[in-house]
Amino acid sequence: MTDRPIKVLIAKPGLDGHDRGAKVLARGLRDEGFEVVYTGLRQTPDMIVTAALQEDVDVVGLSILSGAHMTLLPRICSLMRERGMDDVLVAAGGIIPDDDVAALKESGVAAVFGPGTTIAQVADFLRANCRPRD
Amino acid sequence: MGENRKSSMSEGPLATRGEAMCDAALAGDRRALAQLLTAVENRTRLAEVAMRRLYPMAGHAQLIGVTGPPGAGKSTLVAALIAELRRAGRPVAVVAVDPSSPITGGAVLGDRVRMQAYAGDPDVFIRSMASRGHSGGLSSATTAAAAVFDAIGFDAVLIETVGTGQSEVEVAAAADTTVVVEAPDMGDEIQAIKAGLLEVADIVVVNKGDRPGAHRTAGQLHAMLADAPHEARSGRPLPKRPEVLVTTAVTGEGVADLLAAIDRHRSKARSSVGDETRLQRAEAQVWAVLSDRLHERIRQIEGSLEDGGARPATAGDLLHRVARHELDPYHAADCLMDMLAGKPDR
Repeated sequence: MTDRPIKVLIAKPGLDGHDRGAKVLARGLRDEGFEVVYTGLRQTPDMIVTAALQEDVDVVGLSILSGAHMTLLPRICSLMRERGMDDVLVAAGGIIPDDDVAALKESGVAAVFGPGTTIAQVADFLRANCRPRD
Repeated sequence: MGENRKSSMSEGPLATRGEAMCDAALAGDRRALAQLLTAVENRTRLAEVAMRRLYPMAGHAQLIGVTGPPGAGKSTLVAALIAELRRAGRPVAVVAVDPSSPITGGAVLGDRVRMQAYAGDPDVFIRSMASRGHSGGLSSATTAAAAVFDAIGFDAVLIETVGTGQSEVEVAAAADTTVVVEAPDMGDEIQAIKAGLLEVADIVVVNKGDRPGAHRTAGQLHAMLADAPHEARSGRPLPKRPEVLVTTAVTGEGVADLLAAIDRHRSKARSSVGDETRLQRAEAQVWAVLSDRLHERIRQIEGSLEDGGARPATAGDLLHRVARHELDPYHAADCLMDMLAGKPDR
C-alpha cells in the first residue's frame, strides 16, 4: 500500500529541557496524517539512532535549542550512515543560527526549520522529500 | 513453496528480497528485522514471503499482554518488566500500540518515552505501532509482529495495547498471559464484577502502589475476582481467578513478583488452557488475512465488472445503493458473496 502514513521520529538530542515545540510539531504532524514516534527529552545520539532503526522511520526530526547542534546533529547523521540508514531523511528545528545551516546540510541534515515555520511547511517538505514507501 | 498462491510467488525478485531479509534478520541484523516488521505492518507481499519462512520457526517465545486504561502505567510497567527480564538474561521485544486518528489516520506513538534505558542493549527491541483503524486494542499486524520477534529468537515478547476501556479483550488471544493494569481507586466492587476486560485477565496489577488507595483497590479486586466462589458446572466455562498484585512501576517495586506470577501462569498455560488460547490466536490471524483477501477480491471484481459490463452491479454500486437506503446491508452482502462465488445476480 503506497498510501500508508509516513512514519516520523521526533527526538530531543542533548541536555535541553524545552520540548513544547517538539510536542506541538508531533501533534501537528499527527493532524497532517503522519505517524509520529515521540521519544522524550535528553536523548543521546545513540538512543535516537537506535529508536529510528527499530521503528524503521522514514524521517528523523531533531528539535534542539541548547546550542549544541554543531556537535550532536552531525554525530547523529554519521551514526545513521554507519548503520545503513542513508535513505532516512533528517530534518532539524529549534534555535539554529543561519550561519550554521550550510555546515549542517553538509553533514547530512536535509532541512533546518527555524522559528516561524508552519506545520504545513514541515509536512509538505517531508512528503516531498522522504523515501518512497512500499 | 507457493502451491496455492502461485500468482503472488511468481514475483521472483520479491521472493529473493524476502529471503535475504529473513536471512539477515535471523543472523542478528536489527535493521532487517525492523524492515520485516514494516512489511508485516503494511501487509505487503514481502511480508507473505517472510511469514512463510518465519512462522514455522515461531511458537517458542513467551507472549505477555499488558493492557488497561490510559495513564494506568502500562508503558512504565513494560519498561520495568524489560529490566526484570534482562536481569534474568532473556532477550526481550516489545510491540507497543497507540491509537490512530479516526479523522486523519495520523498517530502520536509515545510509549517509547518510558522505555529509554535500553538503547545500548542489542537484546532489547522496541517497536511502536499505530492501531490503524483496528478497534480491539491492538493493530491488525500486532500478532504477526510478535510472531516475527518470536522467530528471530526473542525469548519474551511484551505486547502493550492502546489504553483500553472495558471491552477491548483482543489481547487475550494474542498473548499467552494477559496482565490487566489498573490504577488505584479505579472503582468499587461493581466495576470489578462487570463483564469484559477484567474477565480475560490472568493477572491483575494495581499500579502506582505508592498512592493512597492502591491496597484497598487490590483488596476489592481480589475479593471479587480471585476469592469469589467458582462452582464447576459441566458445559460452562470456569471463570479465571487472576492473581491480584500491587506494583510501583517507577521504582520497580513488586515487578519481580509480577514476573514470577507471569511465569507461574505460563507453566499453567502450557496445559489445555494454553491450547485454547493458541487456537484463538490462530483463528484471529487467519480471519484477519482472509478479510484482507476478501476486500482485495471484491475490489478486483469491481474492476472486472466495469471492464466487462455484463452485470448491472459492481461492489461500489452496491455500497452506494445501501447508502441511499435502496438496498439493505444483508441483501448487499449476499450479492457480494454471489459475485465472489461467480453466481449470477440475485
